[in-house]
Amino acid sequence: MTHAESNKALIWKVFGILTIITIIEVVLGIYKPKSLFLTYFLGTSLLNMIFLILTLVKAYYIAWYFMHLKGEKKWFRRAIVWTLVMYISYLSFFLLYEGDSARRMMHLLFN
Amino acid sequence: MDATIANPTTGTTWNGGGDRPFGASYGKMMMWFFLISDALTFAGFLGAYGFMRFKFIDSWPIADEVFTHVPFTHTPMPMIYVAFMTFILIFSSVTMVLAVDAGHQMKKNKVIVYMLLTIIGGIIFVGSQAWEWKNFIQGDKGAVQLNDGQIIQFVNKDGHQISVDEVAGNYHTERERHTKSEGIWFKKEGNVPLIPLNAVVDGFKHNPNVNVRIEKIDPATKQKVIVSRDQATKLLANAKQVVKGANLKVNEYGKTLFGDFFFFITGFHGFHVTSGIIINLIIFFNVILGTYERRGHYEMVEKVGLYWHFVDLVWVFVFTFFYLV
Repeated sequence: MTHAESNKALIWKVFGILTIITIIEVVLGIYKPKSLFLTYFLGTSLLNMIFLILTLVKAYYIAWYFMHLKGEKKWFRRAIVWTLVMYISYLSFFLLYEGDSARRMMHLLFN
Repeated sequence: MDATIANPTTGTTWNGGGDRPFGASYGKMMMWFFLISDALTFAGFLGAYGFMRFKFIDSWPIADEVFTHVPFTHTPMPMIYVAFMTFILIFSSVTMVLAVDAGHQMKKNKVIVYMLLTIIGGIIFVGSQAWEWKNFIQGDKGAVQLNDGQIIQFVNKDGHQISVDEVAGNYHTERERHTKSEGIWFKKEGNVPLIPLNAVVDGFKHNPNVNVRIEKIDPATKQKVIVSRDQATKLLANAKQVVKGANLKVNEYGKTLFGDFFFFITGFHGFHVTSGIIINLIIFFNVILGTYERRGHYEMVEKVGLYWHFVDLVWVFVFTFFYLV
């Protein structure tokens, strides 16, 4: 069980990456550049898309390096990641789509 | 080949009979499976929030106007404090993974130090969350709720929000709250709003520099729409109550659902952090007592670490969907 080697350098590197991504998010969140904030792409603003991608990158680093998914056996990792990716993308796609359609229905009926 | 077949069990029940499917111990695997189900629970909550957000996308409260507090200052600064909270949680994740790393090398004292740092980070985070809740519950500028449930806020000539106290001005009449000690049959009275509704309405009528901002968001600028004085007077004729702060029934920032989801999701996450701190503490004392030194490995630290990182992972998403997007 005893692993002799230490991963300290890697841990601090991942911490640096996570910190930098958070700082980028906060700066973008405070200044909200108009070109990104008011441009729409796939049903939401470009800025929101950037936030979503940065969040997924952060999630990847936490899961792979902090939760040691990288070191697990391939199919154990896939059992976890594929399950979550499949169900969460399914759920969020339909919930967001239905939310938008509920809004349009509301405008149709009450305006 | 990483073939996974069940071997005849020999050991006790709690370690799964000593089998290590996928090369992971029984406990670690079950922790992962629990985390999967927990992740799907959070996905359900955040998905429901997303549904409502898309349904009311043209009138949802703007988070930057809600969470603006920073300790020791009254200048509104959105994002700063929640960025600090995020950083604290990420840092406590780092100390946790360092504790796991030290555990692999059987360095007991290092595990103790890193776990202690993790616990302290968790406590700071929960405390910050409580402070954030306090600010949200107490509210800031106040608003008026109309009979149809809509929230309207007051702005000055420059379009900056002003408080209901400022609108009410001199029309503000104090009334003391009745208490039981002051009456014979009287039992109790709910909170008396600090400012009566008619004072706000009168104040608005007499001050032509005050305008009203409604929930609706202008898609061109993504700011709340400011209506004309005539329209505002019509709206105020249907006023129901002065609202200050937030609770599950109403909040001064807009849609009631915003407050409900905020309390529910950050509350559920805060509950996870709290239980994480408690489990961390238990493992921390076990490390001090030398339980894992005797056992020959620090896998328990790794398992509680998985839970702790998961809590951090969920916060990354909560942070994005409540504060950034």
